[in-house]
Amino acid sequence: MRILNIIVCIKQVPDPKEFSKIAIDPVRKTIVREGIPSIINPLDKNALEEALRIREKYGGKVIVLSMGPPQALEACKEALAFGADEAILLCDRLLAGSDTLATAYALSKAIRKLEPYSLILCGNETVDGSTGQVPPQLAEFLGIPHVTRVRGIKIIDDEAIVESMMEYGYRIVKVKLPAVLAVVKEINTPRILSVFGIISASSKKLIQWCVSDIEADIDMIGLEGSPTRVTDVFTPEVKRRCEVFRGPVEETVRKAVRRLHEIGVF
Amino acid sequence: MSGEVWVYAECRSGRLMDVSIELINGARKIADKIKSSTASIILTDNVGQLADELISYGVDKVYVVEHPLLRLYQNDLYTDIICEAVLKYNPEILLIGATSIGMDLAPRIAARLKTGLSAHIVGLDIDENGILKQIVPGFGGGVMAVVTCPKARPQIATVRPGVLAKPEKTSKKGEIINFKTEISEEKIKARTLEIVEEEPLGKPLEEAEIVVGVGLGGCKPETFKLIRDLAETLGAAIGGTRPAVDEGYIKEDQMIGQSGKTVRPKIHIALGVSGAMQYMVGVMDSKTIIAVNKDPNAPIFKMCDIGIVGDLNDVLPILLEEIKQLRKT
Repeated sequence: MRILNIIVCIKQVPDPKEFSKIAIDPVRKTIVREGIPSIINPLDKNALEEALRIREKYGGKVIVLSMGPPQALEACKEALAFGADEAILLCDRLLAGSDTLATAYALSKAIRKLEPYSLILCGNETVDGSTGQVPPQLAEFLGIPHVTRVRGIKIIDDEAIVESMMEYGYRIVKVKLPAVLAVVKEINTPRILSVFGIISASSKKLIQWCVSDIEADIDMIGLEGSPTRVTDVFTPEVKRRCEVFRGPVEETVRKAVRRLHEIGVF
Repeated sequence: MSGEVWVYAECRSGRLMDVSIELINGARKIADKIKSSTASIILTDNVGQLADELISYGVDKVYVVEHPLLRLYQNDLYTDIICEAVLKYNPEILLIGATSIGMDLAPRIAARLKTGLSAHIVGLDIDENGILKQIVPGFGGGVMAVVTCPKARPQIATVRPGVLAKPEKTSKKGEIINFKTEISEEKIKARTLEIVEEEPLGKPLEEAEIVVGVGLGGCKPETFKLIRDLAETLGAAIGGTRPAVDEGYIKEDQMIGQSGKTVRPKIHIALGVSGAMQYMVGVMDSKTIIAVNKDPNAPIFKMCDIGIVGDLNDVLPILLEEIKQLRKT
């Protein structure tokens, strides 16, 4: 089959290397992520890489779709520099507070505007919430099949044979296209940004949509459209002895082991 | 009386998954608090003794859906059936094990039912309004959120394996209901053709009483050899951090933490592990945590019971000798 559009969903997330800087505002009960750089969610880069490889083999157009605040335009630009043909940022205050269900709904409404398409690729989960719920929920809203934890994709006519990783082993799944495939890092190694890519990105189509552009039902987006509520946030408390031994190695280890014996561990 | 508390009983190759049994424990406690009863729902090609086994672990009722097409997990078909059963029996809560299959299935069910879902929760309780409080880890486990689903029903959560203890078997009696529904091949659009099972290497991490955790600091051939010696002497299983997987010293199956396994051994020995929350969430429930790290400022020293500051290559041979001595006496 001729491959039409390949849609890649990406999310801008705080860099996981800097997660230790994340704090909680104890009064407002919100997460403070000031000063933490944003990146494209790592697995979304694998999804984009796979889309580019499919395009190289079968043709078609790679369209990147993201939802987030205006600063997520940076992530869209980076995706264009990697080689995507077009990027769309769904950006509207009305979308703030969306949980995975409301997010999947909003993305599905945007994707309806991009029909026809052959494939939707996503990272299996993001590093911030890491729920992995959006890809299957997106597929449900679109009425198309999905496969999660995908580590390999082979396209044969209007179907794909994919491998989905399990705890001990994997599933081989034959899926009708179009479908949502959520990929894991084992699928490929994303390419490195090239200077040429960065230069050519500036002439590519980068558009911003708001809620009225996608004709979404206001009751199904944002906080209002989210069935879940976050009622509290906290940092996990650690209650341990924290007895730390240091000094000349032999003596230190002996002391530590003696202490372990005293408290009944060994 | 509120609707039932359901547990999705996942089975693979005719065997119940441990997490589906653990969840019966959680469902029981929750059902008691909201004055309701518990039930499991199982989809299989051959139920055999599995429904009785579920009852022996403590559920009041088992809904059985048996059909040859249900031999392997088929997400569209399983979603159709579970949603149909939910709409018929109106459970208050549905708990699903956060396995690869559970995480593939639950979101689709929640989206179809337009209800809330929280992912791989590490704690659950009932609040003063009788609503399920779900403890959800975020940002690699450094932040916990309490999530509820106040209006939509059922309240659905996937629960991380190992969070709840497995209940004991009893001679309890229960009810088995065969749920009949139309099952046809045409409904399958993402067809699982085959499940290829790979044997786990060595003792499963989750079952070991002592787990040795390897971090980047242990990723040198000579250091890793010392770690293996220690593990062997102690009869411990080896797990570790994401960087240790990336360095090729341990396999993906041995990864502990947010994106890996949760272990709750009697003793966890963290070797060259810095103490990033992504890792620590997976070992939090260990009875005792021992840490060795050469960096005195490593966060692990604020999260362990006994810490030793020192180079693994110097510490491990002495540690091994001392433990051997202790065991002799």
